[in-house]
Amino acid sequence: MATHFVIEGLKAAIEGKEILKGINLEIKGGEIHAIMGPNGTGKSTLASALMGHPKYEVTEGTALLDGEDILEMGVDERALAGLFLAMQYPSEIPGVTNSDFLRSALNARLGEGNEISLIKFIRKMESKMKELEMNPEFAHRYLNEGFSGGEKKRNEILQMMLLDPKIVVLDEIDSGLDIDALRIVSQGVNAMRSEDRGFLIITHYQRLLNYITPDFVHVMMQGRIVKSGGPELAERLENEGYDWVKEELGIVDETVGQA
Amino acid sequence: MSTQLTTPTNRQAAEALARSKGEPNWLVELRGESADLAGTLGWPKPEKVRIERWNLTAVGSYEQPTAVSGINELPEVVRELITEGTENLLVQRNSGIVWNQFSSDYASKGVIFTDLETACKEHGDLVQKYLFQAVAKDEDKLTALQAALWNGGVFIYVPKNVEVELPLQAIFYNDQAEATFAPHILIVADSNSRVTYVDCVVSEPGAASAPFVHPSIVEVFVKPGAHVRFSSIHHIGETGVDMSIRRSVIENDGRMEWIIGDLNDGNTLSDTKSILKGTGSTSDAKVISVGKNAQQNSLTTQAVHFGKSSDSNMVTRAVMKDSASAIINGITKIEKGATKANGVQTEKVLMLSPKARGDANPILLIDEDDVTAGHAASVGQVNPEQVYYLMSRGISKQDAERLIIYGFLAPVVSEIPVEAVRGQLQRLLERKLEG
Repeated sequence: MATHFVIEGLKAAIEGKEILKGINLEIKGGEIHAIMGPNGTGKSTLASALMGHPKYEVTEGTALLDGEDILEMGVDERALAGLFLAMQYPSEIPGVTNSDFLRSALNARLGEGNEISLIKFIRKMESKMKELEMNPEFAHRYLNEGFSGGEKKRNEILQMMLLDPKIVVLDEIDSGLDIDALRIVSQGVNAMRSEDRGFLIITHYQRLLNYITPDFVHVMMQGRIVKSGGPELAERLENEGYDWVKEELGIVDETVGQA
Repeated sequence: MSTQLTTPTNRQAAEALARSKGEPNWLVELRGESADLAGTLGWPKPEKVRIERWNLTAVGSYEQPTAVSGINELPEVVRELITEGTENLLVQRNSGIVWNQFSSDYASKGVIFTDLETACKEHGDLVQKYLFQAVAKDEDKLTALQAALWNGGVFIYVPKNVEVELPLQAIFYNDQAEATFAPHILIVADSNSRVTYVDCVVSEPGAASAPFVHPSIVEVFVKPGAHVRFSSIHHIGETGVDMSIRRSVIENDGRMEWIIGDLNDGNTLSDTKSILKGTGSTSDAKVISVGKNAQQNSLTTQAVHFGKSSDSNMVTRAVMKDSASAIINGITKIEKGATKANGVQTEKVLMLSPKARGDANPILLIDEDDVTAGHAASVGQVNPEQVYYLMSRGISKQDAERLIIYGFLAPVVSEIPVEAVRGQLQRLLERKLEG
């Protein structure tokens, strides 16, 4: 069955302050959607609310992944259902090696009784690391500890590749990346494009979209999607900024929940 | 008699017992004097833990040991700790040694590995030179009581230039709370020798269900250029109180390595100290602890630098569950004249419940200018961001916390040089963390 992800009327709050004011979005397998917008408009909140970050409270709405509402699930269950979030600021976990972590995650995905053998796992991990031009030494380093910004992002993509998710949310994956890393990360994402997989790319800048061509572009302001279009919308935003959107919609302050 | 309540022995009883065991006169005298001292001295006073509230006097009475004729006669709790294929093993049950096995290869090189009671009789001159020289019998009520009552134990002597490659192993177990259980371990590594010693202290669950105390003392003498690795895992049941004092005196270019796993279920006082006497002497101490229920732990590591260019490193990591508490003290003392000395320490506590308590007290006492020293300490709970991150990859909450906890202990566990010890520690850790 082709992947189908529908977000409807999603509202979310942090510390009692409403940030998402009703998000509607439909992503089908094979599609790449980009969400763009200035800082403070709720983009990252959308990513965190979908994944189930403990600080965010979903107050209304549904997010059906192949008919099942992931918002009703625990964080781990959402991942097992096929949701993957490449985080803007991945946690560092001292004492847990990257490879132990990756294997635990992969085995959780495969389920009890279907665990991957150690040899197969290492082979798989090493080949994916090679694709991402990661130093093999990173397998034995503690998870994200002492990784540079770019190394952390590559490691996020490595996890995406190993876990084979249905819906991938990339939260500002391009921030802090130099051109080389951006190219490698984009290649990784493009290699994962498939009919069974949908992407939601959250980004501040258009430059990532030079490497990964979206099918749909959405602009977020004040905790809502205020404009949608094709790739040409991203280009116009890059050239002209966001002011024309604000003008068109009569928005003075595009941010949400700012003190 | 009120003195009987606070001091469970006296000169007559201690001397009579020593004589009945055929101990040499110098030892009979030592025990008698110590029993007197135990009647007058006070208990040690560690920071922020009131050990006088613990049941410290349940030292029980001497129980004549009965040797076993084979390892298979030992209980499961002991057999699972025996390193496979070992030829160097001492087992103490309650008050005395019941199994003693030592490779003739090492014996022919002059290495001594036997219980301390036997050593006092067979190598009296050698033992007398060192016994209660690193730890004085009159430091406090605990050392005096231990001097009066100690039994079984281990004596290791490694002659000059001899390297003992395989670990010498000892297991101390208690299956009768009423029996005195007070091993004393004495290790002398002569110049340029090398030895690894590993032990475990356990109690038989169920059998030792009444209150008991395990007062133990370890003394290690590291002669010039010698290298001693000492590893000890304690896993005594909740009715036991563990009071373990460990001390090493390190001469020129000697090296001491401590690995301590305090995994008891009962209250624990653990104090591990290196005295870096010689120029270029070095010491490394790694301690891990897991506490559960209402268990109290006082965990101290100390390094005292006298030698020039001496170097010490101390790491303690503790995980506290339920309403357990850990007071961790790290004391680095650098004496005047110990130029170019370097002392580093880290203490960290991870609390798994809102009722758990952790306290890290790094103390640097430095009387010399030309030195380097550092410390780091932290006390905290499992970080919810980390749990979220792991769960977002499909790992269950329980497994996520598990990974984080093991990760916290990994810097100590992964550096344990003896593989068998690492495995044992991991197994006991799992049991305690998940039990």
